[in-house]
Amino acid sequence: MVRPVADAPLRALDVRAEDESSSALPKAGVFDVRGLTVRYDGVAAVRDVTLEIREREVTAFIGPSGCGKSTILRSFNRMNDLIPGATVEGSVRYHGTDLYAGDVDPVEVRRRIGMVFQKPNPFPKSIHDNVAFGPRVLGLKHDLDERVERALRQAALWDEVKDRLGRNAFALSGGQQQRLCIARCLAVEPDVLLMDEPASALDPISTARIEDLMHDLKREYAIVIVTHNMQQAARVADRTAFFSVAAEPDADGVRSGLLIEMDETLRIFTQPSDSRTEGYVTGRFG
Amino acid sequence: MRLRQGLFRAALLASVAVGLLALGALVVRVVIDGWSYLDWALLSNAPSSDSTVAGARPAILATLELMAIVIVLGVPVGVGTAIYLEEFADGRRWYNRLLEVNIQNLAAVPSIVYGILGLGFLVHGANLGRVLLAGGLILTLLVLPTIIIAARESIRAVPQGVRLGAFALGATPWQVVSKQVLPAAIPGIATGSILALSRAIGESAPLLMIGALLYAPKDPTLLSGFVALPVQIYNWIRLPQPEFHGLAAAAIVVLLVLLLTMNAVAILLRNRFQRRW
Repeated sequence: MVRPVADAPLRALDVRAEDESSSALPKAGVFDVRGLTVRYDGVAAVRDVTLEIREREVTAFIGPSGCGKSTILRSFNRMNDLIPGATVEGSVRYHGTDLYAGDVDPVEVRRRIGMVFQKPNPFPKSIHDNVAFGPRVLGLKHDLDERVERALRQAALWDEVKDRLGRNAFALSGGQQQRLCIARCLAVEPDVLLMDEPASALDPISTARIEDLMHDLKREYAIVIVTHNMQQAARVADRTAFFSVAAEPDADGVRSGLLIEMDETLRIFTQPSDSRTEGYVTGRFG
Repeated sequence: MRLRQGLFRAALLASVAVGLLALGALVVRVVIDGWSYLDWALLSNAPSSDSTVAGARPAILATLELMAIVIVLGVPVGVGTAIYLEEFADGRRWYNRLLEVNIQNLAAVPSIVYGILGLGFLVHGANLGRVLLAGGLILTLLVLPTIIIAARESIRAVPQGVRLGAFALGATPWQVVSKQVLPAAIPGIATGSILALSRAIGESAPLLMIGALLYAPKDPTLLSGFVALPVQIYNWIRLPQPEFHGLAAAAIVVLLVLLLTMNAVAILLRNRFQRRW
């Protein structure tokens, strides 16, 4: 899927690059992660992860606290770069381009890969300016109002806010704020949406709305969601990755996070191949 | 239990009363003493040995010019330093820590020391002479740490989620600062800067130190000798004639009005832009 990109596209990251690299997969891979280890100040938070994220699918990362699932998510748009002392080994290929190659600009990466955070984090600005911020930063000033409207419609928020676009975003409810944050991502027409426990701070009704939204959005986007809520993973995800914490300390004396297995969501919840996954999803562990 | 509550409350009220009564007595006394001298001549005339025509116009102008220098030089440098320290400096590097400790200490240095610094480096070292610009530079240095600390506080109060959200949308570090962090922090920065400024205009020690003139009848320019309002008050009080003491009291009222106006603006700004994250 080719989308219009910012005026200064990084050619190596251009979505069209997939034409050369896409292989025999039914759905094209968006992220190809190989042997990924992320360390904070030298200590491995998560170790040797190899997995693939496919387009037009929702992938859920589940697992107990401290298993590194959020860390892996943040390595997909190089948000870990903002944490002093964070280092990455292995490779994350995005449409064939190594995101951690020396000539890749993290700012350029984040323009194509949207992220929604656990706690709704609207900017202290008007609703309109929240959504317009991304396009403005990218220099997409043409038809800004239409772009804002389209994004708010996609995020199923338009009808609730169309009469008060100039109002401060803090006046919205928590669930509305989170959908605003999703709209904010969609306004720059990314390729992927990363969601770090997007509904954990919301009430059940708002949570259901976000989940419905994910069902709609996966027609166009690859979505990766970190969640503590297994029912949520079962409801929204096509495929699910189960992470856990190593049973034994590694050579550095820490129990780092590991990817235990990744499969169709149904299989993970009904007949997982690893006993640790089974223990977790049936509630005997974690 | 109720008795202890009552005693506690009485002690707190007494503490408040000490400050309020002292300030109230001061203000009432000054206004009574200066009332008959508060007239247009005070604002429009130059100082004179004839108390019936003496005014503080050059001193008021000098103080306004000093304020302008502090705003134009102090605020950008202070805010710039705060942005560097909060948003870009790696706090784990020794030189950044040194910088931080230094700024904290500078805020506690007595103002007379800044006067000595100015005398040595600006008046004599840079050969500026005993001019208003030198005074303005000294006052800028004096309040710079206060501005930096206030600006850092308000920059730090901007939630991390705002920065992360902006970064995640592909904003550059500079865009994050200029389009999100700084606009959100401006009310706090403005309030802190104004309060720092009120401290600057009340200062007389460093200005006396660099030898602010005792008599300056002309409207000051950047490169002329000058008498700031607090120094003018000091001059008048030292004279033996009671008329000049009345003039001093009237000038104090002018200075107080100036200070209270600035503090009021600071409070208004704070209330107007107060944010709940």
